[in-house]
Amino acid sequence: MATVLIVGEHDGSKLNPSTARCVTCAAQISGAEVHVALFGADLAAVAPQAAALKGVTKVLSVANPANAHPLAAVLAPQVVALAGPYTHVLGPSTTFGKDLMPRVAALLGVPQVSDAMSVDGPYKFKRPTYAGNAIVTVEAPESRKLVATVRTASFEAAPQGGQAAVEAVAVSVPLPTHTRFVSVSAANSDRPDLQTAAKVVSGGRALGSKENFQLIYSLADRMGAAVGASRAAVDAGYASNELQVGQTGKIIAPELYVAIGISGAIQHLTGIKDARTIVAINKDAEAPIFEIADYGLVGDLFQILPELEKSLA
Amino acid sequence: MRRIMVCVKRVVDYNVRIRVKPDGTGVVLDGVKMSVNPFDEIALEEALRIKERGEADEVVAVSIGPDDAQQQLRTALAMGADRAILVKTTDVVEPLAAAQVFLTLVQKEQPQLVILGKQAIDDDAAQTGQMLAALWDRPQATFASKVELAGAAALVTREVDAGLETIEVDLPAVVTTDLRLNEPRYVKLPDIMKAKKKPLDVVELASTGVSAGETLKSVLVEPPKPRSKGVMVKDVAGLVDALKKKGLL
Ligand SMILES: Cc1cc2nc3c(=O)[nH]c(=O)nc-3n(C[C@H](O)[C@H](O)[C@H](O)COP(=O)(O)OP(=O)(O)OC[C@H]3O[C@@H](n4cnc5c(N)ncnc54)[C@H](O)[C@@H]3O)c2cc1C
Ligand SMILES: Nc1ncnc2c1ncn2[C@@H]1O[C@H](COP(=O)(O)O)[C@@H](O)[C@H]1O
Repeated sequence: MATVLIVGEHDGSKLNPSTARCVTCAAQISGAEVHVALFGADLAAVAPQAAALKGVTKVLSVANPANAHPLAAVLAPQVVALAGPYTHVLGPSTTFGKDLMPRVAALLGVPQVSDAMSVDGPYKFKRPTYAGNAIVTVEAPESRKLVATVRTASFEAAPQGGQAAVEAVAVSVPLPTHTRFVSVSAANSDRPDLQTAAKVVSGGRALGSKENFQLIYSLADRMGAAVGASRAAVDAGYASNELQVGQTGKIIAPELYVAIGISGAIQHLTGIKDARTIVAINKDAEAPIFEIADYGLVGDLFQILPELEKSLA
Repeated sequence: MRRIMVCVKRVVDYNVRIRVKPDGTGVVLDGVKMSVNPFDEIALEEALRIKERGEADEVVAVSIGPDDAQQQLRTALAMGADRAILVKTTDVVEPLAAAQVFLTLVQKEQPQLVILGKQAIDDDAAQTGQMLAALWDRPQATFASKVELAGAAALVTREVDAGLETIEVDLPAVVTTDLRLNEPRYVKLPDIMKAKKKPLDVVELASTGVSAGETLKSVLVEPPKPRSKGVMVKDVAGLVDALKKKGLL
């Protein structure tokens, strides 16, 4: 029988929604028993949130001051120490999981399946390669522990309704001191989170300046949407890096994605292929973004956006 | 000698439109333009800048791949790497095996820093740097957008989902690059000529004692499901109407 350990992600007060999506992926491994491991300095707030996810039967809570910040070099040996009895160890394909899980896999001496997007069998997964232009079905050896990251945009969040036991676990392995947390500049915002929002409005190079990019914020606020950006817009300094959507930014699957002044390079499209409905606004009727848009509107964004906002008022 | 090792992978150029073979065994590679993985160009650029600041003495570019990967190493030499090593194989080299091979090179070369791309744009695995750091039992600073050396440590700013995180790592360490770390320089013609004289060692994979090959068996390669063709709307009113009908506004 499969026993799955999920490494949960959180910020000390809130469980990251990626964890609930990993639970859904794990539950698709037939007959799997699903546990969540949490690492932090104080997990009193977060552990109950993991325990409440339907499908989770146990939460392993590893509280340690050394775990105050998620440093892969510090967490990896602890994950390995817990991994013994499990057949599968999963983490989210967020920067947290992408940083940590390969280190875990290497310590375990096993390969990793990156970005699992569907479960075709306990050891068989689909994953995207070449910026999502080739989907590969991979089969891992059943004789070894399977380590994978889960492409969160491909799985719905597990619902509430679980009542897992929370078990405080002491992990006594030597932890390195060669890696030290210094600071994090989180862009605190009241806007919906890009990775989980139902609606996303994104702006590209065409916005032309940071000031003009306010048009995107303003439309997003009117629609109750999160804000995204193309790499060109981020590189030019119109939007901050955590808003980048695409192969090397965030992969998202909102109900509605509105791309404004974005040409539709393959690296950008990779990030939005799973969006339910895509709207594109671009002055070039030949822009590749129109090839995947459900609704396209050709025109100058500086005329269209004010009009659009007015009609939503 | 303060040395920086940079991993340079030969991959399909990022501008190529990938086509999947109809028999599901892979993607079409015949006659397709190959280049240095874009993140590895950034890795090399960073190493060169560190050396130009006088904080390193030598930059060594390394690659694992077929004989043709010498082309990408020549590009690296033309950009400014001092010498290059190709670990030659026609086998599939997965990230874990690549990390094992790089570990043998690290043990020989004793670099203070190894810089890799955060991901190769063919397999999109984003694993090798972290795996190398694990096997080497050294720090990792992934997705770097700023690297500052400070004596026996480095301060690295990382692009994480929440924003920007800064960590301090003791050297030697592994760094993987994100796109905004720097903008790689262009190679000039005289540099290409000069690069021809720089040392490029070719060693067989077998000599490293690492065995490659597929441990994750790829059973099928398919194109992504196409999205159904959409419609063009005439104006803002048409767009608002359509989205309201779908309950999206
Ligand atoms: C390794 C690698 C990874 C990458 N990863 C990513 C990634 O994760 N995400 C990403 O987005 N990109 C990524 N890129 C970059 C990508 O290739 C494109 O360069 C980028 O997406 C272009 O951004 P853009 O569409 O905003 O700009 P452009 O391609 O310059 O497009 C601007 C568009 O705006 C339109 N326009 C101009 N003026 C107006 C106007 N007044 N009104 C309406 N429309 C107008 C133009 O017709 C054009 O289509 C990556 C590239 C590489 C090499
Ligand atoms: N065969 C290889 N040759 C050279 N560098 C490699 C190779 N495989 C991986 N790398 C390095 O590891 C990084 C991440 O690759 P990956 O883990 O495959 O996404 C790349 O950007 C390269 O720097």
